[in-house]
Amino acid sequence: MARIDLDLSHSYRPDPQSDEDYALLPLKFTFEDGGAYALLGPSGCGKTTLLNCISGLLRPSHGTIAFDGRDVTAATPQARNIAQVFQFPVIYDTMTVGENLAFPLRNRGVAPAQVRQRVGRVAEMLDLSASLDRRASGLAADAKQKISLGRGLVRQDVSAILFDEPLTVIDPHLKWQLRRKLKEIHHEFRLTLIYVTHDQTEALTFAEQVLVMSRGKAVQVGSADALFERPAHTFVGNFIGSPGMNFLDAQWRDGAIEIAGRRYMPELAAPAAVALGAAGGFKVGVRPEYLRLAAGNDPQALPARVERAQDIGTYWLVTATVQDAGGAPALVRARLGNEAAGLAPGQTVWLSVFNRHTCYYVNEELVA
Amino acid sequence: MSTLKPVNQKAWLLVIPVVLCVAFSAILPLMTIVNYSVQDIISPERRVFVGTEWFRTVLRDGELHDALLRQLGFSLAVLAVEIPLGILLALSMPAKGWKASAVLVVIALSLLIPWNVVGTIWQIFGRTDIGLLGAALAGLGFDYNYTGSAVDAWVTVLVMDVWHWTPLVALLCYAGLRAIPDAYYQAAQIDGASRLAVFRYIQLPKLRGVLMIAVLLRFMDSFMIYTEPFVLTGGGPGNATTFLSQYLTQKAVGQFDLGPAAAFSIVYFLIILLMCFVLYNWMQRAGTAGSAGSEDMPHA
Repeated sequence: MARIDLDLSHSYRPDPQSDEDYALLPLKFTFEDGGAYALLGPSGCGKTTLLNCISGLLRPSHGTIAFDGRDVTAATPQARNIAQVFQFPVIYDTMTVGENLAFPLRNRGVAPAQVRQRVGRVAEMLDLSASLDRRASGLAADAKQKISLGRGLVRQDVSAILFDEPLTVIDPHLKWQLRRKLKEIHHEFRLTLIYVTHDQTEALTFAEQVLVMSRGKAVQVGSADALFERPAHTFVGNFIGSPGMNFLDAQWRDGAIEIAGRRYMPELAAPAAVALGAAGGFKVGVRPEYLRLAAGNDPQALPARVERAQDIGTYWLVTATVQDAGGAPALVRARLGNEAAGLAPGQTVWLSVFNRHTCYYVNEELVA
Repeated sequence: MSTLKPVNQKAWLLVIPVVLCVAFSAILPLMTIVNYSVQDIISPERRVFVGTEWFRTVLRDGELHDALLRQLGFSLAVLAVEIPLGILLALSMPAKGWKASAVLVVIALSLLIPWNVVGTIWQIFGRTDIGLLGAALAGLGFDYNYTGSAVDAWVTVLVMDVWHWTPLVALLCYAGLRAIPDAYYQAAQIDGASRLAVFRYIQLPKLRGVLMIAVLLRFMDSFMIYTEPFVLTGGGPGNATTFLSQYLTQKAVGQFDLGPAAAFSIVYFLIILLMCFVLYNWMQRAGTAGSAGSEDMPHA
């Protein structure tokens, strides 16, 4: 177990010129010892590159990695004593399930009695006890992935366990079960776990801290709650949540916020008002969950034209457009209760946008 | 009366071209051999049915037994040298870049040379007066003479075959190695596997398919070897390098014993068929039963 300090960037090109040449832009981050982290981001955002830099499969082109203050930038995965589970199951075909699980221990010369004990323990944890003597090659994909997972968990003295979208091939029911297992393991042994995924539910339920990445850049680090309530970047607002945050183009004019020609005077802290005043144009972000229907004569409500209202079972998803005098109409989604049942396309609704959950973005970055 | 849909039998017509081709290329020539093997044909007009007499003659032929043993020894030696050497070559070849292309071309060169030319090359190569190999060995003080010494001749034929055909094994293995996903090597690195363990538990199992093809091809080919030793040694000195097909040719063309030669051809054919069947089954099992339930299981 170790604290991992990153201060690195990586480019697959030999001579990177612009930001586009980097798979991983300069990043400084510390994974605390015993923490459960998730790296969340869309495909191709550099999550796996970062993970491989940590495990030592890839040497970052710039910068350093330190485990507990010891520089390991040039060290192999063996020397770093890292466990890593890959997206697709890797099993050793000629071995039995038990031999597969024992492989990482045997390679390190662990005593047979201890190997037996650890393998038995891990097999029990993953429900593999019954098939320990079976050949691994004949098993189904999810069983194979459990073996891969087991090989990652079998060593107790590892610096960290890295998971690279390990549950992609597992069916939803088992996925949920295994995720809970991983959480239990984390609570029991306080290992440093780093979990790569593009699934926000997976990241938010698994990790204490989520590192959201976009195009090789870490855009925000925080708890599930922070990512939901105060997205530091419009990308995070959009990416986290289903559907993502609504963004409305706004202007600061004469001490008030102007959206689509109407003026609003929400309560704003003084520094925020100054920042918005200095920026001129900015974006107002509000989650679909925090939009409410308002009375038609409410001066603080935003008029919008209903496109459709869908019953999603436990809530109504209302899609509406806000007509701007100049620009294109902005799409707004709201998660509403049964009060939305009567809404018909074409109808005008009044939405209350400003409340304590509303966020303000200048140049895509959160200011208030 | 049947409730089943009537089966359309017209599809059989589509098989006819293949049947005809195979008939003319394989079955009819084979039947000629069968025809010769059970008759004593003195002239086109005079023929006597002799039953199994030629077969009995052939099976009691001591020279043939020697040739068969020699042949088996040679084929096994070919496999024992070429398969490991081919794997080693494939493992040491570069995986990508211009070097990979260059190595592939260079290594495939010997496969493009016709058999009789290979024989001629080595005949000259091994000569102690003008051949590079022969002269070098003689210069180093070895008493090397592939036309005089049975051991030298046998070894020279083996080395020639290794030179000619190991690249085939190497190319097959190379293709097999390239097909292994990177994740396996990464996982092995994470699991702390040694180079040997990576070979034993990842590369070798993944090469099973191509190795089976390589073993079968090299066995069949070496078991039927004719041209190269014929050009190089002519089967000599004595009978040292007279392999089965050479012996067969001597019987059929040299002595014109068409009956025994035909009987022997059939026996030869059956031996190859049997050996391939045995090899194939053995390798299939070796790959799938493998190390299951081996003695050092990690758990009780």
